[in-house]
Amino acid sequence: MAMDNSTGYSGVVNSGDLPDKPAPIKTDGVGPWIRDNLFNGAFNSILTISSLLLVLYTLPSALNWLIFNAVWTGGSDACRANPDGACWTFVTSRWEQFLYGFYEKSERWRIDILLVILAVGIAWLAWERTPGKKLMAFFMLVIYPIFAFFMMYGNEAMGLPIVETPQWGGFTLTLVIALSGIVASLPIGIVLALGRRSEMRIISLLCTIFIEFWRGIPLVAVLFMATIMFPLFLPAGVTFDQLLRAVIGVALFASAYMAEVVRGGLQAIPKGQYEGAMALGLPFWKMMRLIILPQALKIVIPGIVNTFIGLFKDTTLVLIIALFDLLGIVQASIADPNWSIKSVPYTGYAFVAIVFWICCYSMALYSRYIEDKLHTGHKR
Amino acid sequence: MELDQNQAAPASMQVSDESVIKITDMNKWYGQFHVLKEINLNVNRGERIVICGPSGSGKSTLIRCINRLEEHQQGSINVDGIELNNDLKNIDAIRREVGMVFQHFNLFPHLTVLENCTLAPIWVKKMPKKEAEEVAMKYLERVRIPEQALKFPGQLSGGQQQRVAIARSLCMNPKIMLFDEPTSALDPEMIKEVLDVMIELAHEGMTMICVTHEMGFAKTVANRVIFMDGGQIIEENEPNEFFNNPQSERTQLFLSQILAH
Ligand SMILES: Nc1ncnc2c1ncn2[C@@H]1O[C@H](COP(=O)(O)OP(=O)(O)O)[C@@H](O)[C@H]1O
Ligand SMILES: [Mg+2]
Repeated sequence: MAMDNSTGYSGVVNSGDLPDKPAPIKTDGVGPWIRDNLFNGAFNSILTISSLLLVLYTLPSALNWLIFNAVWTGGSDACRANPDGACWTFVTSRWEQFLYGFYEKSERWRIDILLVILAVGIAWLAWERTPGKKLMAFFMLVIYPIFAFFMMYGNEAMGLPIVETPQWGGFTLTLVIALSGIVASLPIGIVLALGRRSEMRIISLLCTIFIEFWRGIPLVAVLFMATIMFPLFLPAGVTFDQLLRAVIGVALFASAYMAEVVRGGLQAIPKGQYEGAMALGLPFWKMMRLIILPQALKIVIPGIVNTFIGLFKDTTLVLIIALFDLLGIVQASIADPNWSIKSVPYTGYAFVAIVFWICCYSMALYSRYIEDKLHTGHKR
Repeated sequence: MELDQNQAAPASMQVSDESVIKITDMNKWYGQFHVLKEINLNVNRGERIVICGPSGSGKSTLIRCINRLEEHQQGSINVDGIELNNDLKNIDAIRREVGMVFQHFNLFPHLTVLENCTLAPIWVKKMPKKEAEEVAMKYLERVRIPEQALKFPGQLSGGQQQRVAIARSLCMNPKIMLFDEPTSALDPEMIKEVLDVMIELAHEGMTMICVTHEMGFAKTVANRVIFMDGGQIIEENEPNEFFNNPQSERTQLFLSQILAH
């Protein structure tokens, strides 16, 4: 098409700023939020309404069973009389056992002290404004585990009677296994991840074999092997604590997963970060510690916490090698003939579920808080 | 690009006859690919060398060999009297003397601008934190962004980030600075602020090797321009001769291409 230049096209110049106009549709406030998120389109509206019906249908009966119809006081007779509500007296009358297992009654103060220090330590590290974080972290990660071992196991020289590990149990045992696993799996996982990416072929091969071995077998099999097969490899007369074996099994199992999570983070770090650090003269380990790992770990916080949560729940599997963690002990208590009441097993399992859910959800919440806090502007 | 071309070069820009980098018969391969061929290059203290050439000609690889971000397989590289070989001590020593600025800045996004600058002095030179921070502030002032010290790199513009990267290198008090296309990733309006900092650095007598296609910068600052193609140094001359009277056909072609627009 031929252009007609003769009309004399004149350029356009805008002088002065246009005023800001309000957006044509209101986008903030409760009403618009509901419209945009719950009822935007037919399919979404159907989903919203059916979900609402489902909640309305199940929630009242669940709340009734858990709270309003539940038995909160009295003994087993009260529960027998009321089969349509949770039997919380079962939990309240047994809570000591659920917490301490078969740990010597007169020595349970030792666990109390450890739990208090643990709670203070975690709060100290988790809360933003407490001073001396480094010192506290060192204390909690290095001193506390050693101290906790002597407190739990006992030491004649320190005047603490020995409490053998088969007597450990309940939520204490869950914590012992989970926390040992958590504290051990992160550093081991980091080392394995670095090893797998190493340029030294033999190290990389060894780490790969290790990781794939542990990832390739079910934890149940690991625990069975730790209990049944492992003693076969030990010289006669040498015994090796059952609990320790389980802890090592759980920790190595989690380490393999952790290694792959961390490796994912390492892969996300651009080559330029290594080059920037090397050009400044940082030696390898300082570069890793100061530049690469902080960024890589930050990226994979969701994955790390995911692994922690998985590990925490997997501790219940020690049940099958005759260790009585929280679930194990609750299950054993359910079998008590004095409490053979219809609502008791449900109550017991609901209790275990609630305890685990609180622990795991706290971890998830804290991970989200940390992610927000570590966010430093746009990615480059 | 408008640079302060008329500004007279100060006396500190004099080139001494003391050699600081000596590359002899250097060859490098990536697998079977012969990326650098028979490189011979001698750099004296105070020299400002601009390297140019088509993409893929080996410019980056060459300057990255100087601080061992890449390993060469044949020939020798000697930096300030230290032979670059597999001895980790020598590599560390050379990296302490040689600063490097990258096309994509390579700042550490999880550290503040100030921490980016103090990191190497503290952890490599074992400088006390207070002192390192003073040094860092001095250089941040030199690159004219002291007010950004507590921000994170992701909050700065590209030009500001590149100036931080320059300050970060300077904090190690290097004798030689390598620049690998420092302005190529920048929006046009930010190029000048980075080049100005580099020009100042040149005026202070810093030995610089700079891969760049900013010909204005080359004309103002360089005392020698090197043209590379296909892994070789094709031509090497002082800027006036290089631009007005290029000898090799390849150089002529290249110059006609980049000066065309
Ligand atoms: N790590 C590497 N592995 C293999 N080939 C590479 C690698 N880095 C660069 N090259 C190749 O080497 C040649 C020179 O690259 P480079 O030095 O980056 O060129 P320039 O900086 O001049 O654009 C290019 O052909 C490039 O593809
Ligand atoms: Mg390049």
